[in-house]
Amino acid sequence: MAALIDAPLVIGVTGLNATENPGPGIAVIRALKDAFPHVRIVGLAYESLEPGIYLHNLVDKTYHIPYPSAGSEALSQRLQAIQAKENMHLIIPNFDAELHNFIKIKAELKTIGINTVLPTHNQLEACSKPSLAVFGKQHGLNVPKSLSIFNADELYNAGDELNFPLVIKGKFYEAEIAHTAGQAQNAFYRLSAKWGTPIIVQQFIKGTEINVAGLADGKGNALSVIPMRKLYITDKGKAWAGITIVEDKLIAIAQQFAAASKWNGGFELELMQDKAGDLFIMEINPRFPAWIYLTAAAGQNQPEALVKMALGEAVEPLTEYKVGKMFIRYALDHVADVSEFQQFSAFGEL
Amino acid sequence: MKLKANIATSDNGFIFNPATGDSYTSNPIAAFILALMKTGKTDAEIKLEILNTYDVEATALERDWEDWMLQLKDANLLEAK
Repeated sequence: MAALIDAPLVIGVTGLNATENPGPGIAVIRALKDAFPHVRIVGLAYESLEPGIYLHNLVDKTYHIPYPSAGSEALSQRLQAIQAKENMHLIIPNFDAELHNFIKIKAELKTIGINTVLPTHNQLEACSKPSLAVFGKQHGLNVPKSLSIFNADELYNAGDELNFPLVIKGKFYEAEIAHTAGQAQNAFYRLSAKWGTPIIVQQFIKGTEINVAGLADGKGNALSVIPMRKLYITDKGKAWAGITIVEDKLIAIAQQFAAASKWNGGFELELMQDKAGDLFIMEINPRFPAWIYLTAAAGQNQPEALVKMALGEAVEPLTEYKVGKMFIRYALDHVADVSEFQQFSAFGEL
Repeated sequence: MKLKANIATSDNGFIFNPATGDSYTSNPIAAFILALMKTGKTDAEIKLEILNTYDVEATALERDWEDWMLQLKDANLLEAK
């Protein structure tokens, strides 16, 4: 990698919220540190209590950035100010909600030397939760029936059409299983208050949860595909432990997705395998998952490959990986001084 | 019936299905039988080895064998016929 660029590699990373529902940032950074031991990591954080801000062994410097709702202009201005100090070679965004703005300012970032590997707005929209059923139908991918609704009254029709139980999903994050109309209504109000509308009502599929982390080259090819079976699931439905598995059908689905969408960058397919062995795509996440470090541990370091893509290096498809590699997440009380919290809160950098 | 070719077993009776991520622990007798199944021996050959190794009547073995096969099938560890 040293041959690629003379200056030390500097990479900006968002998603430093390593909480009980973690963002992928810290896992991405661990994978980058494995691949590029001398990399300088610039954290980009929205809130003062994102744990990554204080993990100085992983993050060299962190800057506050404006919430996605502030718009792309505010993000652009802030990143320009940060770039004047940091000379980042690339940024890896890790939140669904921020991608729209990053895609919008992709060209501006390029002019100031910041590379990105991102899908287009159309690709992002086509694979979003509200559009997933249509996308699946168009490309022959097995997706549970679902409806996008804007009003709680529409739940009655959804219940008739899809039958209970239903999965009620927020626009960006979170989902609840509703067994009754009352539960569905409560979930609608809770999730719409938090994430806005539409709310997605999806047919419930019972089965085994399998996720696939992937990296695609924007030309229809999946460069890396790692399937992971969830072994321990939190009450938010997140994998707290998982294991790499090998199943040709899973690899094939990821390749089919990459070919159909021409996706550019990291992605995660959330799949459900029912008792008959049929696989359903429950969700497509437009970025690396929080368990992405497992791909590095299994032999396909997807964040490393993304960096090479961003810097214009040819990346050959990775095909081999270790099956039976496990991750077990844990919680750690990291200790920091209030002066650090004060520094970041008051000055927006640490 | 044959174990699926990709099923991993260890001497201490741990079974791992790499296609599903499922894992199981087995007792010493099950580990003994799994090891024989992995060598490709037929059911009849395995049963004969069990009869020669353990103090068990042939009728009891037959009954338990059926149950064993059902467990392996439920666990999705057997090749489809």
